Amino acid sequence: MNRSVLIGVLVFGLVVYGSSCNKEDDGNDVEFRVPSNFPSPTYNFTSNPVTKAGFELGRKLFYDPLLSRDNTISCGSCHIQTSAFTHHGHGLSHGIDDLLGKRNSPPVMNMAWSETFFWDGGVHNLDLVTPNPIENPVEMDLNFSVALDKVRNNLDYKKMFKAAFGSEEVTSAKFLQAMSQFMNMLVSANSRYDKYVRGEGETLTSDEVEGLNLFKQKCSSCHSTDLFTDNEFHNNGLSLAFADSGRYNITLNPSDMGKFKTPSLRNIEKTKPYMHNGSIGSLESVLNHYASGVKQSATLDPLLQQNGQLGIPMTEDEKAKIILFLKTLTDTDFLTDRRFAEF
Amino acid sequence: MKNMKKIFAAAILFTAILSTSSCKKDKDDLTGTGPVTIEFDNRFGDGPLNFGTAYTNQNGEEVTLNLFNYYVSNFVLLKEDGTEYIVPKDECYHLVRHDVTATHSLTINNVPAGEYTKVKFIIGVDSLKSTSDASQRTGDLDVATNGDMYWMWNSGYIFMKMEGTSPSSTEIGNIFNYHIGLYGGYATPTINNLKSVTLSVTDDKIIVGKERAPEVHVYTDAKEVFGSPNPLFVSASAVIMGSPASVNVAANYADMFKLDHVHND
Ligand code: HEC
Ligand code: HEC
Repeated sequence: MNRSVLIGVLVFGLVVYGSSCNKEDDGNDVEFRVPSNFPSPTYNFTSNPVTKAGFELGRKLFYDPLLSRDNTISCGSCHIQTSAFTHHGHGLSHGIDDLLGKRNSPPVMNMAWSETFFWDGGVHNLDLVTPNPIENPVEMDLNFSVALDKVRNNLDYKKMFKAAFGSEEVTSAKFLQAMSQFMNMLVSANSRYDKYVRGEGETLTSDEVEGLNLFKQKCSSCHSTDLFTDNEFHNNGLSLAFADSGRYNITLNPSDMGKFKTPSLRNIEKTKPYMHNGSIGSLESVLNHYASGVKQSATLDPLLQQNGQLGIPMTEDEKAKIILFLKTLTDTDFLTDRRFAEF
Repeated sequence: MKNMKKIFAAAILFTAILSTSSCKKDKDDLTGTGPVTIEFDNRFGDGPLNFGTAYTNQNGEEVTLNLFNYYVSNFVLLKEDGTEYIVPKDECYHLVRHDVTATHSLTINNVPAGEYTKVKFIIGVDSLKSTSDASQRTGDLDVATNGDMYWMWNSGYIFMKMEGTSPSSTEIGNIFNYHIGLYGGYATPTINNLKSVTLSVTDDKIIVGKERAPEVHVYTDAKEVFGSPNPLFVSASAVIMGSPASVNVAANYADMFKLDHVHND
């Protein structure tokens, strides 16, 4: 770490410490809570409850380039907090040796509610996500058992495993559970929209409210609930020939060709570029895509071809209002929460 | 199903003959519980399987193996009268790796005493286990140490993995790779390549008791992977993994096991 940054952090820490006795600022509050406007989580917390020590171990692992072949890439390299844990500015993920992956890195947030993971939903338990990027030759390129050995040989980790799980022994199950504890804590539920729907005194402008209503009519059958995803797979008309077969890779069912998991739209303002392949660069272009760029193919979602018309009809004014609404989903508390930060 | 019926009928007939003809063993010690060891002897056709040896398969192609692994799990031991002992699942997820001799046998402990005539198991890892969280994936199911018998992109175990070379292969390096998995899917149904196997004793029973340690010798014929009902030509399909063609390979290896003999002592 750069020295001036370190000093800056120290000074900042002192200021915070000196100026407030407020619990929230000390970064010590580690408890998984279900926001009142969210459904129940899907993650099984009984076999892996979040503890402070487990969360801290998970955070250290998440930000540790030790888990890559040449010690250069950590999970945090592609999942950056200020971009809602996506790889800001990268259409396709960018990993070890400057290799490009084949997909856009999705936000790691509200994972505890996810039914499946990855754009094609190939993995169905958060615990089982982690070995994949570690071993992926274009991501961290390290054999999972070698990664575990590297962790085993590190004194700091021994202490942290002991604190989190009562024993210094580093097993793959504990390693994966610690990583899940950190990721499960990455809950984004404090946007202006959230405070508005929970009646916490926040107001939206009339344009934003109109945008919300338009969104409900036109978008929320797929981007549903306050998680803004139905956890299902759809083809939203990005292409005619599928460079990436998406869900088909998992089910081998031709009717799943070119379908991808509906992404959440929380913090969408911060997660450019968009779509599984990062092919759309701005929210304006996303709205233009839905209004007039949808391409016909055998598996195109029926909602995007109603009454013999491709796409979702929208006027310029409507598109602009939907975008205004989407920006109310930006959760600054989440993007700047010091508990989730690397340093 | 038809086949199953036949096998079943044969097994019944067989056990009937056995029970009338077999010598009367001293049953005094058949109390309490005891262990049963199952040993998997990997073969290629009539002889033991050796890596690096060129064999000719049933389709006339020359094949040399350098990797052969498979999962067996969900064991059940059956007595002649049909009563069964279901081995607690978690005690018995076993990965046989041909290159690691210690993995060729597994021991089931605490089996209730008695005379068993059949062993049932599945090739692969059942769907419940395949969709479990990290805390459930220990021992042979630990994805860090199971020798890459796991697909990380769909969190599924590979049930049978065979790799080698063959002059018939058109792949670079003349390799062939058969990685067969898929347990039927989590929320959405996918291909299900789990295969159930029932093996019957021939001229001996598996005699379990607290003073006993029977060893069941199972032959695993790797050649069957290329055999019936779907002749597998390396020349045409040198690489089969998570694709629809995997179904054909799984159907082939479903009958690669044979209970050769039992050592009772
Ligand atoms: C090189 C960039 C890169 C690195 C490093 C990386 N990821 Fe990812 N991550 C991605 C991409 C790309 C995807 C989407 C992959 C896909 O859908 O096939 C993804 C997907 C995910 C998801 C699923 C999110 C969802 O909504 O489905 C999680 C969780 C995740 N990564 C966690 C991690 C963890 C933990 C690490 C470190 C062990 C890590 N990632 C390292 C690029 C990366
Ligand atoms: C038929 C279901 C469906 C409907 C209706 C729908 N979407 Fe989507 N949306 C998806 C899917 C699926 C994706 C991911 C597609 C991909 O990457 O291949 C997506 C992606 C997006 C993305 C990119 C998110 C990211 O993180 O990359 C945005 C933004 C978006 N949709 C906004 C909207 C808006 C606004 C509407 C209404 C005008 C809408 N969607 C209607 C299914 C739908």
